[in-house]
Parts: sequence; C-alpha cells; structure tokens
Amino acid sequence: MKNSFFITLLAFTFLFTLQSIAQDTRDLSPAELEKLYWDRIEEKLSIYTDADVKFMEDMIVHHSQALVMSQFAPTNGASEEVQVLAARIINAQLDEINIMQRWLLDRGLDAPNVEYNGIESTITMLQPAKKDDGAHMSDPMMDKDDAMMMHGDMDHDDMDHSEHDGMDHDEHDGMDHSMHMDHSDMVGMLSLEQLAELRDAQGPLFDELFLEYMIQHHTGAVVMVEELFSYDGAAQGVSTYKLASDIQVDQRTEIARMQQMLNERVVSSVDE
Amino acid sequence: MKTSQFTALFGAIILFVAACSPQGKVEQMSAPMPAFDPMPLSMIEAPSPDPRVGLAGGLFDAEEAIWNLEHVSFTPPPESFVGEWNSDLAFKGNYVIQGNFNGVIIWDMTDPTSPQLVNDYVCPASQSDVSVYGDLLFVSGEGLEGRLDCGTQGNDSRISEDRLRGIRIFDISDIENPEYVANVQTCRGSHTHSVLKDPNDDENVYVYVSGSAPVRPDEELPGCSAALPEEDPNTALFRIEVIQVPLDNPQAAAIVNSPRIFDDLEAPPSHGLAPADLAAIEEARAAGAVIVEFNGSPIAIPDQFVERLRGMYKSEQGIEGDLTEAQEEEFRAGVPDMVGSMFGGADELSNRGPNQCHDITLYPEIGLAGGACEGYGLLLDITDPTNPVRVDAVADENFAYWHSATFSNDGKTVMFTDEWGGGTGPKCRDTDPMEWGANAIFTIGDDNKMDFQSYFKIPAAQTTEENCVAHNGSMIPVPDRDIMVQSWYQGGILVFDFTDPANPVEIAYHDRGPVNPDELVTGGSWSVYWYNGYLISSEIARGLDFFALEASPFLTQNEIDAANTVKLEFKNAQGQPMYKWPASFALAKAYVDQLDRDPAMSEEMIQTLRDGIYTAEMTGNMDVLMDLAGTVSANASGAHADKMNKLASTLQDLAQG
Repeated sequence: MKNSFFITLLAFTFLFTLQSIAQDTRDLSPAELEKLYWDRIEEKLSIYTDADVKFMEDMIVHHSQALVMSQFAPTNGASEEVQVLAARIINAQLDEINIMQRWLLDRGLDAPNVEYNGIESTITMLQPAKKDDGAHMSDPMMDKDDAMMMHGDMDHDDMDHSEHDGMDHDEHDGMDHSMHMDHSDMVGMLSLEQLAELRDAQGPLFDELFLEYMIQHHTGAVVMVEELFSYDGAAQGVSTYKLASDIQVDQRTEIARMQQMLNERVVSSVDE
Repeated sequence: MKTSQFTALFGAIILFVAACSPQGKVEQMSAPMPAFDPMPLSMIEAPSPDPRVGLAGGLFDAEEAIWNLEHVSFTPPPESFVGEWNSDLAFKGNYVIQGNFNGVIIWDMTDPTSPQLVNDYVCPASQSDVSVYGDLLFVSGEGLEGRLDCGTQGNDSRISEDRLRGIRIFDISDIENPEYVANVQTCRGSHTHSVLKDPNDDENVYVYVSGSAPVRPDEELPGCSAALPEEDPNTALFRIEVIQVPLDNPQAAAIVNSPRIFDDLEAPPSHGLAPADLAAIEEARAAGAVIVEFNGSPIAIPDQFVERLRGMYKSEQGIEGDLTEAQEEEFRAGVPDMVGSMFGGADELSNRGPNQCHDITLYPEIGLAGGACEGYGLLLDITDPTNPVRVDAVADENFAYWHSATFSNDGKTVMFTDEWGGGTGPKCRDTDPMEWGANAIFTIGDDNKMDFQSYFKIPAAQTTEENCVAHNGSMIPVPDRDIMVQSWYQGGILVFDFTDPANPVEIAYHDRGPVNPDELVTGGSWSVYWYNGYLISSEIARGLDFFALEASPFLTQNEIDAANTVKLEFKNAQGQPMYKWPASFALAKAYVDQLDRDPAMSEEMIQTLRDGIYTAEMTGNMDVLMDLAGTVSANASGAHADKMNKLASTLQDLAQG
C-alpha cells in the first residue's frame, strides 16, 4: 500500500510537472485568457529606463520638426519626387509620433505634443488619463483636449526622470518657461535660421535645401538611437527596442535615398 | 489543326480505344460535373462591399471575415507565451515551430483541427526568427534583452557577457525536447536569417545572417567595429555574414565570410569618359564654373550651389562682403572637400549602398537569392554558398524599406515586400497610397535583370488601430500558376495570383477586427506559409491559425488537390523549396481545368479529356491516357503549348505507372 501510494504520488508529480512545462491554455475560458493577456501587457509597461523616456520625448520633438519641413514641399514648388518623399515622411513620422506619445501616456507619463505656427513651435504636454480598473490603455486623442499648455523651451538635457514610478509626472522640473523655441541644440535639429531659409526657398533650390537639411535631420535621429543603445539597460522592452530600431533603419534607408537624389541633381545639372 | 478537327480526332480515338481494348470491357464513362466551371480571373468578383472593412474588434472575440478559405483551427499560445509576440514559422515533419519573442513553441499538427502543444521553450530574444535543417533548429536574436542562459530578466548593462545577439542553435533530434547546443554571436545580432544547403556539400549548411541594429561595442564582442571600411576592413557595416554549420558538430559553427554584396551600388552613371561630356566640362571650366572630381568624374558645380558654398565659406572665415581674389582662390580650392563632406565619401551615410539586408530568400534550385536590403532589392548568385555575388539591383521611389523576397516556382518572377514603418504602423488606411507598404513584382530576364511589372497591396482599408503592411508569405503549389499566401499583420492573410505579373489578383482572404478597437496594439498575422495542404498563420497577439483553401471557379478543387500532392519533409520560407508535382489524376485534372479556364480548347474537347481521365481513374485501364497524351502532345502549339505538353507528359507518366 505504502509503495503504491508513493508511486501514485510520483506519477501525479510527474504529470503535474509535464503540465507546467507545456501549459496549454485551451482549458482557460476566453475571459481568463484575455485577462492574462492584458495583465501581461500591463506588466511590461514597467520595463523602461530614464534613457528610454528621454528618447521618446526627444524623438517626438525631433519628428515634429520633420513634419513642418515636409509641409513646405507642396507650396514651395518642390519637384514631384521630393513631394512624394515629403508626403511619405509626414505619414511615417506622424504615425511614429502617435506611437511615442502613447508609449509615454501608457506608462503614466506626460507626452510632449509639438504644434507649429509657421516655423515657431509650441510644446504642450499631454497628460495620461487617470487609471481605473479595466481601462488598460489611455487614448491620446482624448488627452489632447485637456492637455496642459506649456509654452517654453524643452531643455531635454535637464529633464529629470530619476524616479519613474509610472505615476505623477505632472511636473518637469527641468523646463523653463521662456518663449524661445530653438531646438538646434538637439542633434540634427535645424536652427530657426535654417527653417526660415527652407521656408523661403522655392523650386530646385528648395529641393536641394530640403534634401540637404532632411539628411542632417535624419542623421540626428540615427545618432539618437545609437545613443539610446549605449545606456545601461536601455531598450529592453520589445516595443521600445522595436520602435528605436525601426526608426534607425528607416531613417538610414531614407538618408541613402536622399543622398542619391542629391547626387543625381548634381549630375543632371552637368548634363544641362 | 482546327479545333473541330481536333475534337473529332479525340472522339474517334476514345471510341477506337474503347472498342479495341484488349480486355474489351472498357467503356467510356462520363466524368461527373465539377462543382464549379473554371472561370478566368478577369471575371472574379470579390464580395462587395468588402466585409473586411469595419470588423468589430476584440482580442479573442473579434469579428471575422473569410472568403474562399476554411478556418480549420485556432489555438491560443501556451501560458508563458500569452502577451508575448508570436513571430515566424518553420516546419519539420508533422511539427510546426513557432517563434515568439519569449522563445520557441513547438506544435504537433498531425490533427490540424487541434494542434497539440509539445514544447514551449522559454528563451527570450527578439525576434526569434526560426529555421530548421535536419536535426538542427536555428533561432535569431537581435534585441538587447537576449541572454545566453535564456533568462527572462534581460541585461541591465550596456556591456554584458551574458548577452546573446546572433544565432542560437538547438538539437531537435528529439523534437519534443529541444537541446540548446550552440551559439554564434554576431556584431549586429540577427534580425532574420536564411539557411542554405549547398547541393554539393552534405556536411554543412550555411546560415546567412541579416541584422540591421547598431553594432555591438568591441568590449562586449571583441572584433566588432562600426568604423568605415577604409578605417577598418573588418567593419560590421555594409556586409552580411555567412555562418558555416557542420551538421555533425554544430558547436563548431562559425562565421566563414562577410561578403560585401552592396559595394558600388549607388555609383552614379559615369559621364567622365564621353567626349561630349568632357567637352561640356571644359567649356564650363573656361566659363569660370567650379569643377570638382566626384565619384571619379569631373562635375561642374551649379552656380546656385556654388553661391551657397561661398556663403558657408564666408561664415566659416568670418568674411563680410565680397571675397578678394585670393580668398576666392582659396575658396575654390576648398570646394572639392566641402562637396565631399556634404555628399558623402567621408562619412558612414554616403554612397556605399545599404548597410545591411532585412531578409534574404535563398532559392538554391535556381542558384539565386532575393535580398531585401534597405533601399534596394538585390538578386544574388548563390551557386557558391560562401560567396554570394550580386547580379542585379532595383530601387523604387514608392518603396520605403525592402523587407523580403519570394520567387515564383519557376524562378522567372520575384516579388519584394515593402515593410514601410516596420510593421507596427497602420499603413493600410484608406488614406495610405496603394503603392506604399505594398508588394512590387518583377520579372527576371535571361540575363538575370529584374523588370518592374506591378504593385499589389491588400485592397481592404484597415483602421488606424490596426498595424498593417506587406509581410511574410509563401508560394502555394498550385501547378502552373503563381499563387501566394501572405500576411498583412492586422490586415489578416490573403491569397493572390500573380501568374500574370502585371495583373496580380486577390482570390481569398481571412481578416479579424483590431485587437483593441480603441488603441493600436501590435497584432495580426506575422507569417503565413503553405505547408502540406494547410495555410498556417502565426498571429502575433492571438496564437496559431490553420486554414485550408476552398474551391471556386478561380481555383478549382482539382487544382487544390494537385497542390496537396506536394509533400515536404520540412520548410523554411526563407530557403524557398522548388515544388515538384508527382504525376497524379489530380494534376491531370488541374491542367484540364486550366485549359478550360483560359479557354484553350472547345468544350467538347475538354469534356473528352475529362471523360478519358475519369474512365482511367475508375477502371484502372490506362491505355486511354496514353492515346490522349499522344494527341494532346501532337497538338500542343501556340500560347497554351507549354501547359498542353505538361498535361501530355502527366498523362503519359500516369499511363506508364
């Protein structure tokens, strides 16, 4: 009896172990499965570092400038080729800005939102929706309505994210409230003078200037990704790594394309 | 021979055969009416309005739309993989190997209506691209969190001796218990990889590694360099890696070559040598233009541009007003350097072509590979596996990021995808152009030059909450047609025919509403591949789906049955297998359906063929087939000659057993 009991116990243990090695989920109810999924997604939101947060904030500001640069193309007599490129940059970077804003808001952090009036920019901070049970995500479109307006220069180097508890990021100590909006200290960003030059350029000159400045601008994004990856523990989360990695690859690819477009312009101008 | 004569002759042969058959008992039987009359693709009418538009969302209860497919099964991921991204698929025997950012999931597909979980191997790495060969399983690791010990804790420092970025190798001789036997660390990690078996080398397989992430620090993996080629010939940039894996000693796997398949890709057309061009340059020089050497050719710098350069020079030198003659001379002398630094030649982002490939599809049977490499689609000669050589390259103004390649079975067409936005963006909205984030189809000429034919993109608009762009797929072995099944992330899966490469047509699909209707959450089909009769899809957020093709006038049951006669022992989509069809009644009937569809013959003739094949199949008397084969072959000419010859040889093979 004793022996057979022991064997039965062993068998049960063995079965239990097998079960935990290969845990099929088909016996879970759809509701249980769904809860498990969203809980896991929620858990992962806590995997980030200060460097990740700074990257997202900076890149939103960075991408926003690419939008305003590209928006000049249709009105400034850009060639069709440059207009196609500019339209694609607007499409791509607008989507990425949305993703990065959601990335911040989902983690309970404020997200910069840059609006341009001509070449003058204003940054407002979108605030995360108050978390309540059952709502796993926040909606930035909704948040934009009650965004806190903050006119001022975002000096990203001074931004303090030392305590990212995922909550209470209403105050950014490093922000001063001056009206000066020149982001040229961020790598690759155009100065106000360069933006004005682009705004005033027309036709073939615009094309050339656009390509040259967008290469400068994109190069900044590539450097920002490389910088991010050089921080301890950065980009460990899947969504963070994927976003940064995609930005790096896409912009490098686009730089090569723009470089080629510039080269062709030099060559064709010899032909004429 | 006229159609009517042909028909009459056919009829006479059948009668003659039936009458003179030695057994004297074979009677002509009438083939049953097919469920669908084959119809040309030009007549296809997809359900309208498209039911994929506006599907209600939900993780496991989203609304679904399906057309010309049967949904055979859906299986959620095992517990430790719920909430982790599913990625690529590989197949071996009756097993499906599903990559996941948290490891590898192995399913037994013996019963496709209910795949059984046999192992869930937790070993995090993005993006866990998987391939098999023999007893080995290869898994890609690119992200910063991957660990040699498969730990889930990530790596918390920039330099970590625990980090794995590269290829993991598992022994799967006991596939239900994979054993982690080796690693090959690479400088940029492995985003994807492709396994190549050299027909002339049975001891090794070769793994081509594609990795586009920034280069690892030398302190973490000695020898890794992100320097420029002229500074460090061993730089990890501008090359791919080829790993040789000894099959009986995978621990000895190592990088054996890092070919520079991108060199000189962007060299602009040479103008220097043409006399007219040289004369033009001299004329410009005489007129006072600034001339520089650029990529080996003299170039006259446009005046506008010189003016800008002059401005830069002035501000650098702090000069106000006009330049003096001496300053002008100094400025002109410095122009080549200024141009050089602006147009590359001196920095990483210059004229070197792509930095890396995203994916390389190897097709050893035709000796070619399709490389999807940043801004280019490349055609590589891989007859020497360790030394791939570029034979052609294409770029396309509508393509943002060349992602992957798939060849038609005959290797005469290649389809590239543009994974615009990287797969997490909603690129199939009604506001996104149909040429962006799409497929581009090229024919491959006898000289191995690629020629653009068309774009193809999912025709159903998706919401802003659904990541959607062209992604992975594979050919379906419908004989004599180029039909592919493809993933579009949350756009679902679809089947399209590009037999006419200039006119791709969608013929089937399945789609679910968004994972979350209120916010974009990454999901949808990462990969869908045909494997031994099923379309098997890896759904990022939801799990594993099995589909089967359903017959329609545009893809008949005979064509599906013929496809299902193809049996593979294993499959990696990035190591494209050449499909070969054994002679079968299904194959003969599929060809007849296709001749009917085109239509290449009169209805009477088609019926004669159907009846003859049916008679042989039912009675086992093959004499009928031999005679049909002779007649079909003798009459094979014109546009359908090739298909008629294929039918004739199938009939002949069947007759000869």
